[in-house]
Parts: sequence; structure tokens; C-alpha cells
Amino acid sequence: MTGGERSVRSGIRFDQVSVVYGQNTVLDRLDLTVEPGEVMALLGPSGSGKTTALRAVAGFVQPASGRVHLGDRDVTGLPPHKRGIGMVVQQYALFPHMRVQDNVAFGLKARKVAKAEIPERVAEALEMVGMAAYAKRYPRELSGGQQQRVAIARALAIRPGVLLLDEPLSALDAQLRSGMLAELARLHRELPDVSILYVTHDQVEALTLADRIAVMDKARLQDCGTPQDLYRRPRTEFTASFVGNANLLPVTVTEGADSVDFAGRALDVPTGDVTRGATATLCVRPHLVGLGDGPNALSGTIAEVQWRGSTHRLYVDIDGHRVKADLKELRETPALGDRVTLHFAAEDAVLLPAGAAPGTGGGADD
Amino acid sequence: MTSAAHPVASDITATKTPRQRTGPSRAVPPKAGPREPARRARRIPGFVWALPPVAVLALVFLYPLALVVQQSVSPDEGGTSIAPYGDVFASESFRSALTTTVWLAVGSTAGCLVLGFVLAMIIAFVPFPGGRAVAKFIDVFLSFPSFLITLALLFIYGNVGMANGVWTDITGAADGPFDFLTTPWGVLLAEITYFTPFVMRPLLAAFSQLDSAQLEVASSLGAKPARIVRQVILPEALPALAAGGSLVLVMCLNEFGIVLFTGAKGVTTLPMLVYSKAILESDYPAACVVAVVNIAISVGLYSLYRMVSRRVGA
Repeated sequence: MTGGERSVRSGIRFDQVSVVYGQNTVLDRLDLTVEPGEVMALLGPSGSGKTTALRAVAGFVQPASGRVHLGDRDVTGLPPHKRGIGMVVQQYALFPHMRVQDNVAFGLKARKVAKAEIPERVAEALEMVGMAAYAKRYPRELSGGQQQRVAIARALAIRPGVLLLDEPLSALDAQLRSGMLAELARLHRELPDVSILYVTHDQVEALTLADRIAVMDKARLQDCGTPQDLYRRPRTEFTASFVGNANLLPVTVTEGADSVDFAGRALDVPTGDVTRGATATLCVRPHLVGLGDGPNALSGTIAEVQWRGSTHRLYVDIDGHRVKADLKELRETPALGDRVTLHFAAEDAVLLPAGAAPGTGGGADD
Repeated sequence: MTSAAHPVASDITATKTPRQRTGPSRAVPPKAGPREPARRARRIPGFVWALPPVAVLALVFLYPLALVVQQSVSPDEGGTSIAPYGDVFASESFRSALTTTVWLAVGSTAGCLVLGFVLAMIIAFVPFPGGRAVAKFIDVFLSFPSFLITLALLFIYGNVGMANGVWTDITGAADGPFDFLTTPWGVLLAEITYFTPFVMRPLLAAFSQLDSAQLEVASSLGAKPARIVRQVILPEALPALAAGGSLVLVMCLNEFGIVLFTGAKGVTTLPMLVYSKAILESDYPAACVVAVVNIAISVGLYSLYRMVSRRVGA
């Protein structure tokens, strides 16, 4: 029996994995463990090393140093076909000259599954993604979403312990994407033993689907935690801005208890264990900023107003710092140049000590 | 312009690329004219422009071709008869030339397909330094004259070539072991060497279209390289193999330079037979009969090639 024939609880462990192309380090000493049955999202901008990490698990890139483990197997030197991994890529990569059922059967035949068993396994995998009715079609006769379902069925048919998803929804349009996201969540509930490594640059996909998110930037792991944890208590400026696009304000921690100085204004925020007198970054989510007077009031001028249907996004310049505020759709929209006052609750702010971020800023501004 | 006068002409008519638009007009105007008098009147400017190239083409190409056909039905005794065809078809030299031509062409094509597939796969999928340069060189190679390859092979494997020279130097023997160049095998080797790039060109184009993610997914699903070649790469290369293979088959059937240059005495192909009948024996009707047969085979295969390549969109 070949490995991965039965769903083994395996998980993935990166142990100081570095990948180097020529002079270029594209993955720098990654340490990360994906527990059996866990969905781990690798989230980061392009060039952050997230895809390289996935390819190191699949065996398409050879680490310059470090080890990759699947369960208790060290697979670092194994060729891809001996790893027993299911993989789904952005552009589906279905075999165009094979019918859907033959695409799904491909891995089973390659792994020498008993002939009599194959039709049943193919039907089961197609059933799982709701494509049973399309078994006789060719890939070119299917829509993008259907092709991606077949690609997922093809990966699941071999009953892998580890499923690698490389930007699986990026080629789909927005509406299809949210449907597929729900579908993937359902699949994971049906296959609780499969570890999933999900590479994406889309924070919504990561927040929705992942048990934990590993935030990557500049070839390094920046942060890792549950979605709620990363969102509410980011540990680095990069995480704060890339996940949820937070406002980051430079402040100085004042001597008084739980108080910081922002451009001459005293703000009440929990300072935790940040040293008194040190500079730090104040992080506030745009949707936690309110309009009008209140605690921690900041006044400035409107630089831009965006209407986004259910919300208004205001950009307010406060002493040269631009603050974003997402507000429930306003009845009276302020005009450009108007003086407004913003406020936020002390418990909604997070203080990041200066130097907490190896890679600062750079999040997509949306 | 729909009437088909000529297999090649009708074939070209179907593919409407601007470059080939002069094709039908130069080949069929006399037939198209009387059929559509009303339309012709309206189209005078286009027709007039087509006349000069048609005239030139008719003079330098169609007329000599017609002369060849006419000569093939004009025996030396005078009159018009298909007797020369009977004579030629009955002759042993024609039959053996036909057999030699066909097996050489088929053998060379098979060799080119196998070698071309392997080489193209290495260039396309095995990253090695200079791979791009090799691919570029394939393009240049296509422009080389065929006898050049034969000449190069003579330098290497000829009776006084390098391989035999090394052998005689080492062993002190009078003759080297390589004496196949003047046999059909020498012709086969030269044709495979020369024509393989003609198979590789379309293959490399096809491989560049192949999504490398397919190969990666296949291997992650547990397929070893041999299975990936057989079940993923080969099926997607089939159109290119068909197109390249039929092109090489036609070119091998008509190959003259390589056969002449190897100096293989026993290897008489149809083009060689035309040459010896016409130039050495001055038997023009027989030469023309062989030529007509050769043309018929070529045009037939060419039509097949166009049909195949159009069907598969290569």
C-alpha cells in the first residue's frame, strides 16, 4: 500500500526551511507547524515566500537548508510523486484531453489503486464537490468554477493527508469565489483529518477559512495566530496593516498610566508592557473609529470620501497623518476640507512597540 | 472563387490568411470567370490586380508542369498514349525505386518523430544552461541546405572521415569499421539528422503552450516521470507530432540532395530515378512519368498534412 492511500493524520512541519535562488533568498528560515486536520493560511503579498513554502512541501523546490516533515516522515529529499499530497492550483491545471472522470482517476491509477475500486472512488470524489453529473465532460466544456471543483475532486480522490491549495480561488470572479469559499469550508468539515495549507493574498479568504493564519512578508514569517487573534491583537505593524488594513499612528508612551502622546495630544490606551517614554505604534481598525466627539477625540480635515454602499470610508488628515474611518452609511456626507472629529474607544486600540516589525507597512490600501 | 481546380489550390482557398489570398486567383481564374459573369464585372479592380502574378506563375510554374505531364503521355514513337505509364510501372527499376523511396521516407519520418520528441522534451522540460540557445539554433538549422548535413556526415563517417581515421590510427588497420554511409542506412541517418528539427519546431511550440502546473499536479498525484510523459505530455503533443511528421514525410519523399551526396549506388529513390532517366538515359517520357507519380504522392500527402494540421489547429 502506498502512503496516503488511507487518510492518515499527518500535518506539516517546516523546520528552519530556507529556499535560495542564486543570490536571492525567497524563503528565510521558516519554522511553522500545521497540525493534523488544521487549515493553515499562508497570507502575504506577492513575493513574500508563501508560494515557495507550499512548493517546498510539494517537493517542487529543494530547500537550501532545513527539513520538511509530513507527519513523522522527513520528506525533504523525496520526489513529489512519493509524498502523497493533494494539490490544487490557481489555473486548475486539468488534463485537457481527459474527461472529468479520467482526470479524477489519474492519481488513483498512478498510485496503483485496484482497478475495481477506481470507479467507486472517482464517483465518491466527484460527489463530494457536486460534479457527479459532469463525469463524461471534457474540461473545456466546463466553467472556471466547475473546473476548479474537478481539480479539487482530483486532489481529494487519492485521499491525501495533506491538501495544498495555491491561490485556488484567484481565477474566479467575486461571486463564485464566496460560494467556493463556503464549499471549501464544508469540505473541510467533511474531511476533518486532512491538513490544509492554503496560500492566498486575500485576507478575506484567510480570515474565513483558516484555523490559523501565518502572515508572510519578504521571505519571512511575520506573525502566526488564529484569525481573531491576528485581527484584534496584531503583533507587528505588517500584520496590522495587511490583515484588516489598520490605522497606524506614531506615538510616544507618556509617564502617566495607560496614556500616549500623539502629535501633542494625550490619548488613553492600554500601554501594557511597553516601556514608558518609548516610541510605539498605535493601531486602530478603521471600523472601530467613530465620527463626532467622544473618548480619544482627534480632529482633522476630510481629505477624501468614498461611498461603499453600506459604509462610508473617510480619509481624515490629522497633523499630517491620514486616518481611515469606516462608518455606517452617513445621512449627511461631509465635504472635502470640512473639519471633523474622530474618536475611538481605548479598548479598541493596540499598542505595538517600535521595532516590532521587521517589514513595516505595505498593506494593500483598500 | 469556390471551384476547386487543383487539390493544393482548393486546400489553400479554405485557409483565409491574407498572404495566401493570391493562391486561388492565380490557380483558378479561367474557371471562376464564366461561372459568375455578373459578380466578375463588379470585381474588376481585384481581378486585374491578380492578373500579373497569375500570368507570371502560369508561365514559370504551371506551364512547365503541364509540359511534364504532356511529355509523360508522349512516347518517343509519337502520338499521345498512356503507354509510357504502363512501361514504367512494369519496370523493375521503378518498382524498386518506389519501394526504396517509401521505406526510406517512412523510416526517416519514424526516426525523426522519436528523436525529435525526445530532444524537444529535454529542451522544453529539463532546465539546462544554454537551453534557449539550443532552441534558437533549431530555427537556424531549418535554413541549412540538406546536402550540408550529408557533407558533414561524410567528414565524420566517410571512408576517409574522422571516425575511421581515429580507428585506423589506433588499431593500425587499413580500413575503418564505418562503411555504412553509401548504404540505405547512411541515407536514413542523414535524413533523420537533417529533418529532425522540422519535427522539433512544432513540438517546441506545443510544449511552450503546455501548462507546467499540469506536470506538477500529475507528479503530486503520484505519477512517475514515464507516466507523465505517456499520459500528459504525449497526448498534448500528438497534433504537433502529426503535423511535423507528415511534413517530414513529404520532404523525405522528394529528397534528392542527400541521396545524391551520400553517393549510395544502390539507393535509387524516385527523384534519383527521374534524374537518371532524364539526364543519363535521355528517356524523357519515362522521367516525366516518374516525376508525375512523385508529384501525385507529394501533393496527396501535402493535402493530408494540411487537413491534419487544420483539424488539430497546429
